[in-house]
Amino acid sequence: MNAAVTVADMSENEDAQRLAAEARDRVRFEEDALALADQVYRVARHLANSREDAEELVQETYVRAFRSWASFQPGTNLRAWLLRILTNLNIDRGRRQQRAPQMQALEANDYYLYDKLADDNDGVSDADRVVERLSQDDIVASLAAVPHDFRDVIVLVDIGDFSYADAAQILDIPVGTVMSRLHRGRRILKGALAETALEEAGT
Amino acid sequence: MSTYTDPCAHCEEMMQPYLDHVLTEHERLEAESHLDECEHCRRRYRFEESLRVYVRQATAEQMRPELRHKLSTLRIPLD
Repeated sequence: MNAAVTVADMSENEDAQRLAAEARDRVRFEEDALALADQVYRVARHLANSREDAEELVQETYVRAFRSWASFQPGTNLRAWLLRILTNLNIDRGRRQQRAPQMQALEANDYYLYDKLADDNDGVSDADRVVERLSQDDIVASLAAVPHDFRDVIVLVDIGDFSYADAAQILDIPVGTVMSRLHRGRRILKGALAETALEEAGT
Repeated sequence: MSTYTDPCAHCEEMMQPYLDHVLTEHERLEAESHLDECEHCRRRYRFEESLRVYVRQATAEQMRPELRHKLSTLRIPLD
């Protein structure tokens, strides 16, 4: 009788300890995830078509992350894990349609933008001065005009600082596809920037 | 790998992987030796590098404090 009580007490005690440890892990997970919110938003803002979409997407991502925290493997890349949830939500909810009629994806060679800007600038070729001819709005609008498959990769690698391997995992595509989309996407972006910059110069 | 007769065209092909640090050692040296002697390509590499920095800066948008607050309310309460 005595022994039975002791066993029951012990297992109750173990349960309580296990629950307390789990609660601690969960709280830490939530804090770690919230600490990454700025970085997650930064990427989300340009994966989505608008600030409103991005805010909604980030909220839904955190709802889902907090619910399924136990499936995160501690020690792996939490930011990539969150972005994986976010890109899946973005795709599932059909938010990836191009909002504006798709700009013709002009895929120039890598030097196209530079040559356009430098020509137009009486041969002034100091890199920073040439770059400064592009406004922040030009860049944001031109990026938004890049078709999604390419834009997703540019946003993850060039804005989010993810490695090719992380981007491949987040988007569930092969690393080779990340590389080719990144290279083509940057060329498309530069084509769009050149068009924007030249339009402005013409007006 | 090189079938290019125009060294600048070859250098252009290597620009993105060069700036991403994914060229092999041999290719990297090849690109750098061309860059050392070619102002044309050097300027274009520099431009690409500053463009990347500029894109990163131009796209940095802070999230609104309302969203930050909202996210913290989504935490699952301890019971």
